[in-house]
Amino acid sequence: MASIAANIEQLESTLGAAITEAGDEAALEAVRVGALGKKGSISELLRALGGMSPEQRQEFGPLINGLKTRVTDALGARRDILKAKALDARLATETVDVTLPVRDPAIGLGRVHPVSQVADELLAIFADMGFSIAEGPHIENDNYNFTALNIPEDHPARQEMDTFYFPERADGTRRLLRTHTSPVQIRTMLGAKPPIRIIAPGRVFRCDYDQTHTPMFHQVEGLVIDKQANLGNLKWVLEEFLKAFFEVPNVKMRFRASHFPFTEPSMEVDVGCTRVGNELKIGEGDGWLEILGCGMVHPNVLRNVGLDPAEYQGFAWGMGIDRIAMLKYGIPDLRTFFASDLRWLRHYGFAALDMPSLAGGLSR
Amino acid sequence: MKFTLNWLKDHLETDESLEAIADKLSLIGLEVEGIDNPAETFAPFKTARVVKAEQHPNADRLRVCIVDDGNTQHQVVCGAPNARTGMVGVFAPTGTHIPGTGMDLKPGVIRGVESNGMLVSEREMGLSDDHEGIIDLPGETTIGIPFAEVLGLDDPVIEVGITPNRGDCLGVRGIARDLAAAGMGKLKPAEAPQVDGSFDSPVKIELTFDACTTHVCPVFAGIYVKGVKNGPSPAWVQRRLKAIGLRPINALVDITNYLSYDRGRPLHVYDADKLTGSIRARMGKTGESFEALDGKTYRVDESMCVIADDASVLGLGGIMGGENSGSTEDTVNVLIESALFDPKVTARTGRAVDLQSDARYRFERGVDPESVVPGVRLAAQMVIDFCGGTASRLAMAGEVPDADRVIDFDITQVKRLTGLDLHPVEIKAILRDLGFLISGPEDTLKVAVPSWRPDVHESADLVEEVTRIVGVDRVPTVPIAMPDGVPQAVLTLAQTRAHNARRTLAARGLVEAVTWSFISDEDATRFGGGGANVRLSNPISSDLTDMRPSLLPGLIAAAQGNVNRGMNDVALFEIGATYHGDEPEDQVEMATALRRGLSGIERTGRHWSGAARTPDAFDAKADAIAVLTALGAPVDNLQVSRSAPAWYHPGRSGTLQLGPKMILAHFGELHPGVLDAMDADGPIVACEVFLDALPAPKARATRAKPAVDLPELMAVRRDFAFLVDASVEAQALLRAAKGAEKALVSDVRIFDVFEGEALKGAKSIAIEVTLQPREKTLTEKEIEAVGERIVAQVTKATGGTLRG
Repeated sequence: MASIAANIEQLESTLGAAITEAGDEAALEAVRVGALGKKGSISELLRALGGMSPEQRQEFGPLINGLKTRVTDALGARRDILKAKALDARLATETVDVTLPVRDPAIGLGRVHPVSQVADELLAIFADMGFSIAEGPHIENDNYNFTALNIPEDHPARQEMDTFYFPERADGTRRLLRTHTSPVQIRTMLGAKPPIRIIAPGRVFRCDYDQTHTPMFHQVEGLVIDKQANLGNLKWVLEEFLKAFFEVPNVKMRFRASHFPFTEPSMEVDVGCTRVGNELKIGEGDGWLEILGCGMVHPNVLRNVGLDPAEYQGFAWGMGIDRIAMLKYGIPDLRTFFASDLRWLRHYGFAALDMPSLAGGLSR
Repeated sequence: MKFTLNWLKDHLETDESLEAIADKLSLIGLEVEGIDNPAETFAPFKTARVVKAEQHPNADRLRVCIVDDGNTQHQVVCGAPNARTGMVGVFAPTGTHIPGTGMDLKPGVIRGVESNGMLVSEREMGLSDDHEGIIDLPGETTIGIPFAEVLGLDDPVIEVGITPNRGDCLGVRGIARDLAAAGMGKLKPAEAPQVDGSFDSPVKIELTFDACTTHVCPVFAGIYVKGVKNGPSPAWVQRRLKAIGLRPINALVDITNYLSYDRGRPLHVYDADKLTGSIRARMGKTGESFEALDGKTYRVDESMCVIADDASVLGLGGIMGGENSGSTEDTVNVLIESALFDPKVTARTGRAVDLQSDARYRFERGVDPESVVPGVRLAAQMVIDFCGGTASRLAMAGEVPDADRVIDFDITQVKRLTGLDLHPVEIKAILRDLGFLISGPEDTLKVAVPSWRPDVHESADLVEEVTRIVGVDRVPTVPIAMPDGVPQAVLTLAQTRAHNARRTLAARGLVEAVTWSFISDEDATRFGGGGANVRLSNPISSDLTDMRPSLLPGLIAAAQGNVNRGMNDVALFEIGATYHGDEPEDQVEMATALRRGLSGIERTGRHWSGAARTPDAFDAKADAIAVLTALGAPVDNLQVSRSAPAWYHPGRSGTLQLGPKMILAHFGELHPGVLDAMDADGPIVACEVFLDALPAPKARATRAKPAVDLPELMAVRRDFAFLVDASVEAQALLRAAKGAEKALVSDVRIFDVFEGEALKGAKSIAIEVTLQPREKTLTEKEIEAVGERIVAQVTKATGGTLRG
């Protein structure tokens, strides 16, 4: 019987060598079948157990089962090694040139026009101060664009060299393209009782086309009407707006007296600026840059919309959206805003997801 | 409006610097547009003596001069014929910038002789066109002093922009008054000579107006001066006129120009010997004309005010006098006119004849009515001073209109409107300095408005005056009441829609453009517009005449512009107004997008992994649906009809709508004929979304979303392929399949469409149907039964058959 034990020992050493030598999974499988298959050497030994006496089984059973367990484990371990090797070999053939450029998704090319972006910035600021947005038609009547705004019948702005007109209608009146966003003031005041706090952004039109003028551009109008809004409040609103818009801690301001028919007193506002090379820094510095016009709403305008100037008062201001976009983002030429040059739009435009907010910052 | 610092000081006693004065002018509403200081420009130019002038050894027309600038001697080669030994000229050393030629002087060698610096001519100094020779100063002139000083050019010229309400500041005196009120000095008393002759003017003055036109020229005053000797005006007058850009002509003309700027009082001087009979202001008559001082002939009509004698029209009242009645060097007897002309009539006439003049500029803005008489007396005094002669008594027709206004001024209005807390004494002092007369108790002052301020009517105007002079810097900055709590949403539905459409399209790789609201007549007509009521009467150019009925013409032109710049792959959009009439409701807001070249939604341009697709109608449809989704439209219920407008390809376009009336968008390939006519290279696909067509969503009580549907049972998918006639629309097939078993069919997708010659006019459409069981797993038999019902429904709706 000692020979059985020797045989087991012999077999274990032979199988161990065969497992180690198996170079791929197929060779390993052949070893497995040779040992553990139906007619395999270990299977044979297990079968032989059946013909043994209980004592013999007691002695050789654990030996043979121990052999089976060890061989099975060795096969598994070897299989894992061979699998890993095979995978490595396959991956080695699967190389790509990772320096090739990616597939640019079209979203990266989409842009929002600077005028729209700046209008969204204005909205973010003024909504926070309790303003809403008012709009009005581009084709206006003479009353809303001029008369109700206290612009006299013979004012030069009414001339055809400044204002675009449509043909005379049956009733003798002429429609026109609004020359400013101020008619929205009139429409707002006629449509709602104070307190009023609006901004009115939009397209405006003037017969002008040269280096610095285009026949169409964008303005934003602001209007506050209640029973106490005064010049000091106007100063505060403008100062807060300019600081927020230009994203600077301080903005030096200069109010110069001026004249607009619809406000009194009227002022033009300059902001401090510094020029470093081609770059313009708004806020501080020795230079001044005119940025907007403003004033207290003229009593005649209030009367024209049925408000009593002894009871109600307020202020208004207006500025060019294109102009403040140029100043903030360093865009040199107004005419390029409307040239639809893709190179320009991609350069100065904004990504779809760049949404201005006060919490996240107006611009990146 | 230009003036010099010394001129200002005729009226203003001040020690303030030029800079301080300029800053203050801007702050009080007289915006400084420029300061020209010749003393600075001419600083390097000094008087110098030509010690020796000799013939140039190598050039006949050149001289070699030794120039003594009082400090050193310089050798200068000079080509001027008048260069000679002993003369005094003006020397510019090397390094000087020569204003007349824009050159910087460098040391040089001219024909073998060294030359350092230059003796300059008037043209080189930018003073005149004279280039006959170098400046030749009197022999006794001190050597080595600044040239500007010699010529009296050391007087800075200030240019201010005057707003239309401030006609009174079109005279230096008015500006001085404002400055004095603003603390920049003291207004000197006005010179008011009381010229009064001993004889009546031989020329009678009349006003010939009817009751409707008396306002056109309410007063006309004149003084006749006999025995004058006209000639050049004194040097100081000429210097001032030159400094502000006026050409001195002769003493009589220069006096009127001078007073126009000094007092804002336009005047005219007639050669009395050229007049026939009386002189009068009256309305013109059609057919009349006259030759003005600018040498041009102007026709007049009934709307214009003219000055005429018994024979003819002499000039346009308040605008310009005539060539034939003006003064010349030979004039001996003159009539000085000082009148008042209506601002509106003057402006209308000026525009009608297209004639600009200093007089028109002033009368349009309103000339002080009280200046009529002092003005003519002042002029007469100057005529006598400069040209001699004897003045007549004042002749006058009409009377100075009563411009007296008294405003009840509650000074608390200053605080109410501006927040400025000023002492009543300060308010009163400012108004007094500006020429207002003040009386009454402090709480309601009676404020009389000076005759030169027609712009001041009510209390708010006085608040403006006070604020302007005090300066907004002194107004305390005060916050407005901020919203209670977190601000509410402020955008209207239309604003939100425009915003969402914009961000959606940009997120799909499209670039936002802003194009003109006006387009050419042809393009407007092509895109369904071209109505006369939206065509501009005065377009800026012939291709920007009509309000756009669609955003497409602008975008197509923009796309082609980029193609012409070498960029073929274009994806553009615009959000904006279209105009279908001249009423506010005719303005329709659109979101319009366009793609051409390799500008698909997934990718743009060529790529190593395969180029982007050329976009087709379905890309345009996808853009439209994306916008509609962003607007909150029920996109699952959209119907597609073949009713896109004529500017689309008839076979490759469609309309998205909800029900028969509610058109939400058009999409498709643009009509090749339209693109051809617009010189645009196709194909181009586009969509036009009506932003306001969709009704407002119903208000919801909460923001809670409906409960989510997560069936426990696994969905089953089955494929079917149908052979249908080529004319059958996919929409019909989809609808039939979906409706076959509503409780089970949760989704139907088309995954293949095949049309080929082999199918002989038919096409194959393959669908994948998803069945979602709810209560129990479906048996194979049940699935089969549903399949049969789907086939039956599709056959019934489309006539199609299941492909074997």
